[in-house]
Order: sequence, then C-alpha cells, then structure tokens
Amino acid sequence: MSAIPLSHILILASILFSIGFVGVISRKNTLFILMSLEVMLNAVGVAFIGAGSAWHQADGQVMFILILTLAAAEVAVGLALLIQMQRRFKSLDIDLLSKLKG
Amino acid sequence: MTNSLPETVLALLPFYPLISFLLLIGFGKRLSWHMAAILSVGSMALSAISSFVVINQLSVQSPILTVHLWNWFELGLEGSLTAKINISFYLDGLSAVMISVVSGIGLLIHIFAAAYMKEDENFTRFMAYMNLFIVAMLILVLADNLVLLYLGWEGVGLCSFLLIGFWYQEKANVLAARKAFIVTRVGDTAMAIGLFMLFKELGQFNINALTENANMLWTVGDDAPYWIALLLLGGAVGKSAQLPLQTWLPDAMAGPTPVSALIHAATMVTAGVYLIARMNGIFLLAPEVMNYVAWLGATTLLLAGIAALAQNDIKRVLAYSTMSQIGYMMLSLGAGAFSAGVFHLMTHAFFKALLFLTAGAIILALHHQQNLFKMGGLLKRLPFETALFAIGLVCLMALPGSSGFFSKEAIIAQLWSSNTAGPMLWYCAIFGALLTSIYSCRLFFLAFMGEKRFDHELQPSSSKLLKLSLIALAVLSLIGGIFANTIELSLSAVFPSIEPLNLDEPHWLHSVAIAAPFVGILFSWFYFSNYRGSNKENYQDNPSALVLFCRLGLGFDRLYDLLLVKPYCYLARLNKNDLFDQLIMLNAWYVGICHDVLKSSQTGKLRWYAAAIGLATLLLLLTLNIESFSLEAS
Repeated sequence: MSAIPLSHILILASILFSIGFVGVISRKNTLFILMSLEVMLNAVGVAFIGAGSAWHQADGQVMFILILTLAAAEVAVGLALLIQMQRRFKSLDIDLLSKLKG
Repeated sequence: MTNSLPETVLALLPFYPLISFLLLIGFGKRLSWHMAAILSVGSMALSAISSFVVINQLSVQSPILTVHLWNWFELGLEGSLTAKINISFYLDGLSAVMISVVSGIGLLIHIFAAAYMKEDENFTRFMAYMNLFIVAMLILVLADNLVLLYLGWEGVGLCSFLLIGFWYQEKANVLAARKAFIVTRVGDTAMAIGLFMLFKELGQFNINALTENANMLWTVGDDAPYWIALLLLGGAVGKSAQLPLQTWLPDAMAGPTPVSALIHAATMVTAGVYLIARMNGIFLLAPEVMNYVAWLGATTLLLAGIAALAQNDIKRVLAYSTMSQIGYMMLSLGAGAFSAGVFHLMTHAFFKALLFLTAGAIILALHHQQNLFKMGGLLKRLPFETALFAIGLVCLMALPGSSGFFSKEAIIAQLWSSNTAGPMLWYCAIFGALLTSIYSCRLFFLAFMGEKRFDHELQPSSSKLLKLSLIALAVLSLIGGIFANTIELSLSAVFPSIEPLNLDEPHWLHSVAIAAPFVGILFSWFYFSNYRGSNKENYQDNPSALVLFCRLGLGFDRLYDLLLVKPYCYLARLNKNDLFDQLIMLNAWYVGICHDVLKSSQTGKLRWYAAAIGLATLLLLLTLNIESFSLEAS
C-alpha cells in the first residue's frame, strides 16, 4: 500500500477545517453551528491521524480517541443547551443570545 | 533604669486624665452621672495631688526634675546630625507654676462642671473633652522639647474647638468653634515655620540646648533670632488672643461656662504667655521683638478694655477683660519682667476662673439669661454669688491686698525703667488699670445693683459641689498674694535677671499705680449712677453708633470679613469648577473615551466573536511564519 503523502492529508484537514469554520461563522441556526464544530474537530482528527502514520507513532491515534470522547461530551452538553434554548426563546437563532453586549 | 519616686509621680502626672478620657469616651453614655463625675474629677484630683507632690520636691539645691519616658522619633539634618525627639518631661520653676495652675484650677473647674452640666445629656462627652484638654495642657507645659510642646499646643487647640462647639445643634456655636480654630491656626502656622527655622539654624529641639546654642551662636540683634522670635510671637498671639488675632475669644463664649473658665482663665490662653516665657533665651536675643511684644500687649489691653466697656453680655465682658489681662502679661514679658508676668498669669487664673464660674452660677439661676440689661438687683437676691463675684472683681481691679494687686503692681513697677518698655508703656498700663476698674464697676452696677429687670423666678443652684469649688477659688484669689515670694524665688532660677536702665523714676510712680483703680471706681460711681438707681427707664439698651462699634469688638471682625473672608469666598466662587481639578479630570475623560471604543466591540454576537478569534489566530500564525522564514533566510 503506497503511503499517502503527509501534505495531502494536511491539505485535506485544512480544507475540512475551513469549511467547518465558515459554517460556524455563517450559520445562524445553533444546530448547524454545532455540526460545523464537529466538522472542525474531525479536521483536527484527520491531521493527527495523518501525522501519526507519517511518523509511525501511535500518539496521533491516541489523540484522535481523546478528540472523539471530547466531541461526544461536547455534543451532549451542546444538545442539552439547544433544548433549553428552544424552550426559552422558541427559536434556535444564535443572534438572539446577545444579552451581554456592552 | 529605675526612677526615683518623684520622677515616677511626674511621669504619671498627665496620664490620669488621659486614662479617664479614654474610659469616658469608650463607655460613653453607659456611665451614670456618678461614675463619670467620679472618674473625671478623681483623675484630675490625682493629677493635682501629684503636681503638688513633685513641686514640693523642687528645692534650691535641685531646682530641676526631668524624666525621660521614651524616644518618639529622630530627626536628621542632611544625614549628619540627628536630633532625638523624646517624650520627656521637664519640671523647673516655670513649669511648676504652670502645672499647679493647670491641675489645681482644672480640678476646681472640673468639680464645678460636674455639678453645672449634670442635666446635660452628653455629660460624659463633655467631661471627656475637659480631661483631654487638661492632658494636652499638661503635655504643653511639661514638654522638654518644642515638638512635644507643639503636640500639646495643637491638642489644646483641638479641644477648644470641640468644647466651644459642644452644643453643636446650634449654628452659632459651630461657627464660633470654627472661627476659634481657624484664627488660632493662623498663629500656629507662623509658629510651625518658626520651629522649622529654629531647627534649621540650631539642629535640635530640646529647649535647654536651644537656649545654650542660641547664646553661643548669636549675639543680641542678629537676624536669625529676630525672625524666629517674631514667628514664635505669631503663635503666641494666636493662642493668647492678642492683637491682631484676638477676634476668636469673645465668640468662644458660645461654649458652656466651665469651658469659658477653663479656656479663658486657667489654660489655653496662657499657652502663648508660657511659650514666650519658656523661650526667653531666644527673645532676649531680639530686643526689637521684645519691644513689639510689649507694644502688642499694651495695645491689646487698651482696645480690649474699651471693648469691654460697651458689652451687654456678662460673659463677653469677662472675655474682653481676659484679653486685656493677657495684654498685661504680654506687656510684662516684653518689658523683661518675666516672673511678674508669670505671677500675673497665676493670679489671673485664680480670679478669672472665679469670675467665670460665678457668672455661670448666676446665668444658671437666671435661666440662661446673659444680658446685663436684663439682670439687676441680684445683690439682695443672690448674696452668696454677689460676694464671690465682688471678690473676683476686686482682684481684677487690683485693689490693694488682693492677689491681682501684687501681680499687677509688680508688672507696672518694672515698666518705667525697663530696657524694652518705657514710660510710654507705663502710661498705657495705668490707663488700662483705669479702664479695668471702670468696666468692672459698670458690670457690677448693672448686674447686682438697681432694680430687678428679669421676668422669671430666680433658681439658684443648691449643689454643694458648685459652692465648694467657688469658695476654694475665692480663697485662692484673696490670698494669692502670699505666693509672691515663693514664686519669685522659684522663677529666679529660670529667668535671667535683667539690669534695668538707670532712669530717674518719679517718686509718684507707685502712688499713681495704686490710686488708678480707685479713681476709676470713683469715676464710674458718678458716671454710671443711673445704672445703680431704681429708675427702670434708665436701662433701655439703645446703643449709639460708637457704643455699637465698640460692642462688636472695634470693627475687627468687619475688617477681617472685608479684607480676608469676602475676597476668599469670591475667589472660591470664581474657581468653583476647580481649574486643576479640570486638568485631572482630563484623565478620566480619556479613559472614558477608551471605554466607549472598547465597549462597541462587545456586540454580544457569538458568530462575530468566533470570526474574530479565527482571524486573530490566522494573523498570529502568519506573523510567526514570516518571522521563522526571515530567521531561516538569515
């Protein structure tokens, strides 16, 4: 199996990360923002896996498992907040949450 | 270091009233009248007893007693010289006289005050302030250095402020207290500058060392002692209510009567006299200033005598007479007759305390009526108080045999051929004595003779304490003359003897001095005859413009109001929005602008924050990359 060059993996990770970031800042719906965040996390995961395989080290995979658990926890909390938000504002528009503006 | 018994007694002397003050302030109204009275009067009694114990230890062989308590702080002059400022007490003939007056008269006044103020709801606060007053005065007279003396000096000023404004619910009292504080502060500032100059020139504050150094470094007529003596005189003038800082004293009558007795007889106003007597070494090096002191005293005694002639308030007559008697003391100090001045200080403390306290008892009996034109006929109705008041007035007029006679004659006798006084001042003093007897007679006729002119029933106090203290003071005033020799002896060690000029003294000198008060009495017997008559119509108090001018203190208040108060208030109003304040407020304005700018970035929009974080991270990475590239390139 021919090895995929690291640079390709990193380019893929960057593209994924950018897509996720653009999603975060352009979406109004909080559910989609959370999903975009997942994309960003996975982009980081791809970068870790790629780096791990390039250097033949297990650390990258260990890191990815850590990120997976973190993402799971984050989604749990995020979805709970989402439900609260829906109850209180009858909407998922993130721009409604601006009480702390100066 | 072990102290002998007299030293221990001396060291503890000012602390009894201090402890009493702390307890009274600490427990406040929880103390009953009995507890508070016993505490304050008892502590004063302890002080008085200890001062008599230590004074008896002084003898010709050991005329000085010192006790060192602790080191307060050290002062350096450009790193080389260090002067230790100690809390130590120094007792010699002069301070012995002063502590016996302060603690002795203070005790009697405390006894009187305990009875007089019994009904007041703030009795404990009153007695606490009185105790603190005595503490400050004792520290002032016992201090062995000028810094400690200044501590007592300012403490006395503070207490007088607190006591004059004791009934602070009335605006007039508060204004009087403020006036006393501010006017004396003018003098105190001069004195503080004098102290700084003294330290700069001589490098220390210990009084004895100062006098020694001054005599070594300077000769008579040098510039430095001239200015220092002048500045110290400024302090003395403020505290002793002499011209031109005398305006606070009549207004200070707003306080309770025992305060008037304490401030205007025994303690505070004599502080200036004490200061000059204590610093006689410096003053003797500046004969011009001695001359100023004499002239200042003479002018004050005449002006105050004239003002006293026109008053209608019994306490204000006494206040002006105090000013005039202190004028005598200043005159005598200026003439170099130090011991005569200090002796007059003592006898004056006796009879002026008696006069004030008796006046207080009379005012109490008349339901706080102080207007002389609303009294009259008290001779038959209050014989006890009348007799005491008459004794006080006899001493004030210096009729032969009374204590005032011995001290005032001693002063007048030394004026004619003194180096720094002269015949002119002698005439002033004689005229002053004449004025004194005239206003005393006017006061006596108005208050005690003639028909009764008050509406309420008399309510004489039956308190034994009150009468006890009055009788003790009356006895002291009458027999005060017997201390003349003792005091002369103990003061001779303190003051240098000054050779008088060889002037021919006319032989009628002494007889004129003795006759002056009698002439005054005779004059007023006829001139004020309508005041002792029974015709009520004669008592209408409708003063002419001249009398009104004198009654208001010869226009000094108005003059100062016009010259100082009005311009100051005008400037203050002009600069209401303080210019310097505006400069400082620029800072606040700048910070406010920054705040507004930063505030606008807090939009509350989550997505903007995320975008900003992303952009910032990108920028950070880019700059880091550029740097690492440039590092590699080099």
